[in-house]
Amino acid sequence: MRGGIGDGGVTRTRPFRVVGHSVRRLDAIDKVTGRARYVTDLAQPGMLYAALLRSPHAHARIRSIDVAAARAVPGVHAVVTSADLTWCDPYFGPAFRDRPILSIGVARYEGEPVAAVVAEDEGAGAEALDRIVVDYEPLPAVTTLEEALAPGATLVHTDEPLAGHFADLSTLKPIRGTNVCHQFHLTRGRGVAAFADADLTLEDRYYFPRVQHYSMEPHAAMAAWDEEDGLTVWASTQNPYSVRVELAKMFRVPLSRIRIIVPLLGGGFGGKTYAKLEPITSALARLVRRPVRLAISAQDAFRTVRRCDARVRVRLGLRRDGRLLAAECIADFDVGAYADIGPRIIQKGTYTATGPYRIPNVVLHSQAVYTNTTPGGAFRGFGVPQLAWAVESLLDDAARRLDRDPVDLRRQNLLAHGEEFEPGDTPVDGKFEESLNRAAEAIHWTQATAPDRGRGVAMMMKASIGPTVSEAMVRLHADGSATVLASTVEMGQGARTVLAQIAAEVLAISIERVSVATPDTSITPYDQTTSSSRSTTLMGRAVQEAAEDIREQLLRIAAKAIDAPPAELGLDDGHVVARGTRLAYPALLAERFGMSGGELIGRGIVAPGRSRAPLGGSTPFWEMAVGAVEVHVDEETGAVVVDEYVSVADVGRRINPQQCEGQDEGAVMQGLGHTLLEQMVYDGGQLLNANLVDYRVPRAEDLPGRIRCLFVENGDGAGPFGAKGAGEGSLIPVSPAIGNALARLTGVRFRELPLTPERVWRALRARSKP
Amino acid sequence: MPAIPTPSLSSITLAVNGHRVALEVPTHALLLDVLRDRLDLKGAKRSCDMQVCGACTVLVEGTPVSACSYLAVEADGREVLTVEGLGTPDALHPLQQAFVDHGAVQCGFCTSGMLLSAKALLDEQPRPTEADVLHHLRGNLCRCTGYRKIVDAILACAAGSATAA
Repeated sequence: MRGGIGDGGVTRTRPFRVVGHSVRRLDAIDKVTGRARYVTDLAQPGMLYAALLRSPHAHARIRSIDVAAARAVPGVHAVVTSADLTWCDPYFGPAFRDRPILSIGVARYEGEPVAAVVAEDEGAGAEALDRIVVDYEPLPAVTTLEEALAPGATLVHTDEPLAGHFADLSTLKPIRGTNVCHQFHLTRGRGVAAFADADLTLEDRYYFPRVQHYSMEPHAAMAAWDEEDGLTVWASTQNPYSVRVELAKMFRVPLSRIRIIVPLLGGGFGGKTYAKLEPITSALARLVRRPVRLAISAQDAFRTVRRCDARVRVRLGLRRDGRLLAAECIADFDVGAYADIGPRIIQKGTYTATGPYRIPNVVLHSQAVYTNTTPGGAFRGFGVPQLAWAVESLLDDAARRLDRDPVDLRRQNLLAHGEEFEPGDTPVDGKFEESLNRAAEAIHWTQATAPDRGRGVAMMMKASIGPTVSEAMVRLHADGSATVLASTVEMGQGARTVLAQIAAEVLAISIERVSVATPDTSITPYDQTTSSSRSTTLMGRAVQEAAEDIREQLLRIAAKAIDAPPAELGLDDGHVVARGTRLAYPALLAERFGMSGGELIGRGIVAPGRSRAPLGGSTPFWEMAVGAVEVHVDEETGAVVVDEYVSVADVGRRINPQQCEGQDEGAVMQGLGHTLLEQMVYDGGQLLNANLVDYRVPRAEDLPGRIRCLFVENGDGAGPFGAKGAGEGSLIPVSPAIGNALARLTGVRFRELPLTPERVWRALRARSKP
Repeated sequence: MPAIPTPSLSSITLAVNGHRVALEVPTHALLLDVLRDRLDLKGAKRSCDMQVCGACTVLVEGTPVSACSYLAVEADGREVLTVEGLGTPDALHPLQQAFVDHGAVQCGFCTSGMLLSAKALLDEQPRPTEADVLHHLRGNLCRCTGYRKIVDAILACAAGSATAA
């Protein structure tokens, strides 16, 4: 169904040839032989190198910047401050246009770019940075949620914010005179009044820390302007079209003049959504009239974007028989110095805070709060991990208080397949109970553990993005091979391989005959974003439609050629077959065009529009996952050891089973990172551990003793062949599953992450005191 | 402001992937920059800049080093192996083949370093235990795969070579 997204499941009379098979990644050989190219592997003739000077203060007025000595450094082409950027609109941001290319009068976090250098080489650039003299007047800073929300707190932003480019964020709700830049509120049923009828009410507070994506490839961009004021940017971005519209506004250039090309990304995880380095790189290239490349260090990635930390207050009300009656979640998300996509994160994260459960009365309230810290942005899970940590922990406490088994209590309250989660939104499109049962069985939930081991379980549901648009083209070439044109970014997740599989399946050709074009806004059609676990479902459907469009064209040509009704024709191994005749695609194309050379173009547009769902559009699918874990604790050191982890994700159908496993194994390990190891630590406004020595991400040795990623596949997803999104869901249950296992093992409930040995050791010691 | 020092230059000779190359490089030049910018060998990647992540791992005389913090002059007169010298698309090294087969590759940014680290391990210890592999990969981070498939690929490669031998 063109224009919408409906039942992608296809009743098949023959088995899949390509879909459902773990075909080799299209980029596998390039990546194991060192031939894969990322932005920093690219160069342009005459290219110069950019470097950024960053604020050492969390909050400071900039009295003056002296660039004379820096400009005198040999090899330096330009030293740029905001005073040199008056010819463009220097502000950007997807929600609020609150972020300047370079500080304008005020620096709002330690690490904010204050000035830039363009030089012949990186050495000259570094030399020049050292010679820029900035006269700062330090200002009081707010670096925690508590400070930022205190009465009379210093304001991070004092100007009226400008709205960004998202329709669903057109009703941004800042509270004037405070650091709150957006609020989300939702009430279902009778709201808090329902707690009066609860037999058991529990309330608790939780904290989820600031963590860093650490994509191994730090952000990079290369920009070049042509003689006709056209701009080309090679960028490590997950959404070239969002970057394009941002640059068009800033530089007052038509969209058609801006070309964003995205080579391979060395990881994204949300940290490369929306404009990051592209505005400054483009501005510098314009000023020096030469191509410019800016590649930041991993250290500076910590000063570019991070996950929003959050403090969450949760209240649950239950009946004596275990039925969930009411839930209230009040969440403050710290979005740092600039809002980025924070306003949408608080909406989406809070929206499914109550998890996959039937709860008739709900009150949700969240706010996005500015602080003088690195801007908080999208990060795998998009606000849901912060809330799930709280709600899933408290739910286990409820089970204990009711003397119920935590799996059993969850099972009792699960939403059923087809049941409404929220009026106006997509009904539940998977089977939570099947997932929970699989997880419980795999971890041997009903069998006793060794006395020093504890098991825990947690679940989650997450909305994808809506309204949303993905458009694709498929070209069938004269020799019967095909090219998929799609702007889905390959950041490791394997999306391009999946898209090729879908096209190959529909066109009945081998995957070796399918190429997938590099995302390029002047060539590959519009796609909203590579994020939100949406590409297999949304872009997958667009590619499927585009390929089906070609199939229809082939059938029409063949029907005419052999004088048979199209309904009797089918595709098989590069041929149209009917009535014992096999017509190869090249012959049919030559027939259609009267010569060899013409090719067929198929189009696919998937655009589930607005709806009356609370977020403005219905989710195209629900991402759903369960985590089950067995742990033990070294009581001497407080170290938490994960003996076994089982993840179960309901993905509808796996297009590429091995890649699905890879996604979920990676998600679980990333979840273990923020659960056990990771936290960006600030002292006052200074970020203390912006490097990979002091900020510890999981290593191979941190692998659970055993890890298994299982899948529920009922072919009931809205994506191609019944698939739906994967990749974020399995990260989300990790923290609460481990917290629940620890609580069951030790009797101690942890409310703050990460569960470092020191934190666990101290809590266990406090417990054992008389 | 102190004057800008003029970098001194050093002449070095490297045997890179079996080819002898003579270069004049700034004495402070890092091996990673020489490989990437002078020899156009882009397989080694820059990430953490502090010998933690292993994305820049290459082998010097068979030993893994972090090229991001290793002076090019230190490699003078020595053999350097980068991922480009490990195998070719038509003749993959068994480790490369194992990484492909086991889905041990996602974004690919860690892959070159992982492969070379793994090669150094297997050269030294052809039949490592899983614990050996986990320990050996301390110096190589991966943020995508969660390591399981990388470890499986290395163990499978070791088992395969053992069988073949």
